[in-house]
Amino acid sequence: MSIVIGVLEEGLIYGIMALGLYITYRILDFPDLSVDGTFPMGAAVTAMLILKGVHPAATLFLSFGAGVLAGCITGIIHVKFKVRDLLSGIIMMTALYSVNLRIAGKSNVPIFSKETIFENAFLQERVPASLQPWLITIILLVIVIVCKVLLDLYLKTRSGYLLRAVGDNEVLVTSLAKDKGMVKIIGLALSNGFVALSGCVYCQQKGFFEISTGTGTMVMGLASVIIGTKLFGRLGWVKTTTAVILGTIVYKACVSIAIAFGLAASDLKLITAALFLVILVLSNRKERKVKVHA
Amino acid sequence: MLELNHIHKYYNAGTVNEMCLFEDFSLAIEDGQFVSVVGSNGSGKTSMLNLICGSIPLDAGSIRIGGKDITSMPEYKRQRRIGRVYQNPAMGTCPSMTILENMSLADNKGKPFNLRLGTNRQRIDGYREQLRSLGLGLEDKMNVKVGVLSGGQRQAMALLMSTMTPIEFLILDEHTAALDPKTAEIIMELTDQIVREKHLTTIMVTHNLRYAVEYGDRLLMMHQGKAVIDKAGEEKKAVLIEDILEKFNEISIECGN
Repeated sequence: MSIVIGVLEEGLIYGIMALGLYITYRILDFPDLSVDGTFPMGAAVTAMLILKGVHPAATLFLSFGAGVLAGCITGIIHVKFKVRDLLSGIIMMTALYSVNLRIAGKSNVPIFSKETIFENAFLQERVPASLQPWLITIILLVIVIVCKVLLDLYLKTRSGYLLRAVGDNEVLVTSLAKDKGMVKIIGLALSNGFVALSGCVYCQQKGFFEISTGTGTMVMGLASVIIGTKLFGRLGWVKTTTAVILGTIVYKACVSIAIAFGLAASDLKLITAALFLVILVLSNRKERKVKVHA
Repeated sequence: MLELNHIHKYYNAGTVNEMCLFEDFSLAIEDGQFVSVVGSNGSGKTSMLNLICGSIPLDAGSIRIGGKDITSMPEYKRQRRIGRVYQNPAMGTCPSMTILENMSLADNKGKPFNLRLGTNRQRIDGYREQLRSLGLGLEDKMNVKVGVLSGGQRQAMALLMSTMTPIEFLILDEHTAALDPKTAEIIMELTDQIVREKHLTTIMVTHNLRYAVEYGDRLLMMHQGKAVIDKAGEEKKAVLIEDILEKFNEISIECGN
């Protein structure tokens, strides 16, 4: 049971991050590596703010804002200075490593003794003991659903239409008399906002900030997005955003199975990379088959 | 009035492959004129369209619309008054969005792309009516993704979308070249109808000499960055396909083909 809860918790936390990557990777077609820096950035901002006495719920919005800012910078590097997409992300990721250390003060900041959105006096008084083991999952579920619904709604607005159009056909966006660069910057900002929010929730759930948590964020997120869209995307009634979140949970389940089979926790990044490779190869093969039949 | 004044355009400037396309090229197009442009490959037809739209920078000269200099205006700002249809039917629509969403996108051109709902429900019937006028049955497929439509259907949509909001200029870049003869005919008739209805100043580049002769009220033949034929009004009406073909042959002999 505790394994299932663990998988759900991790899956939901990273699900928020996967929503962000869905924006850049699937909608914008932009391989954004800056998320490896914005995820721990969300955590760093959160740890610092909570230690300063800011309300844990407020950190959700503030870290989202910090992510938006970082995403904007990645976008500006790419759009205004015409640096290639992958490189803009790498530049941002590298810079953010130091920025995160500056924000947090050191590479490991515990916040165990502080109140978080998961552990506070308010919840302790009101939640019955029988619900306690599921408490974190329920809170996470609420956050994830709010994020998902907001993203779905955004994608239905005029601005959201334009975002979907720019990844699909840049020329059309120009034809609509809109600056495609601006649209890309908005997309990157939103995406990194979600990723930083995910880092914020991660920090509060684990009870610490750790500088290395960001490594592999992008690979993990992409794996989740691909699993989600391949497994659930074909079902007409499942929205892509839902599919992406489910994909993250499936992905985390695969990782925890691998660990249950005797791999050590230190092998995590290797598992992440290997799993991603397997998913990429499998999804490529499937596409090729379809083409042969067509 | 659209004016190109003393345009100079070089490709690969400063290298051994430097190629001069336009050298002191000037052209004036009056409001409401429908100009057909023909010419061999590399004669500067598409480059001229790209210069007007701002897709490529020019090296010297100026471009004016209604007397206002737009030479340094970025491409996307110029597009506000311009509708453009490309040779490739995929360029004018978004494949992963539905027909309805594509129509809504086009309808929002010129309006702020803010957080208001992308599709205005009250406009759906209007979109359906416009699609019905195409006669392709698209009005019954509003929620189908454009990616599954045929090239002809997409091009018809692209034409509809580019002329949906009030524009002054319509730029057609070999927009029937990728279509089968029958579909090309339909698209061409539709183009003519839209241009007449909306009184658009139109520049149409085509390789189909018959279209060039049949449609439009001015004919331009480009060769090596110059207009070697430029006939308007009654003169244009008298032009025969044979006349253009003859000129084409003449040019080919000059070039040694």
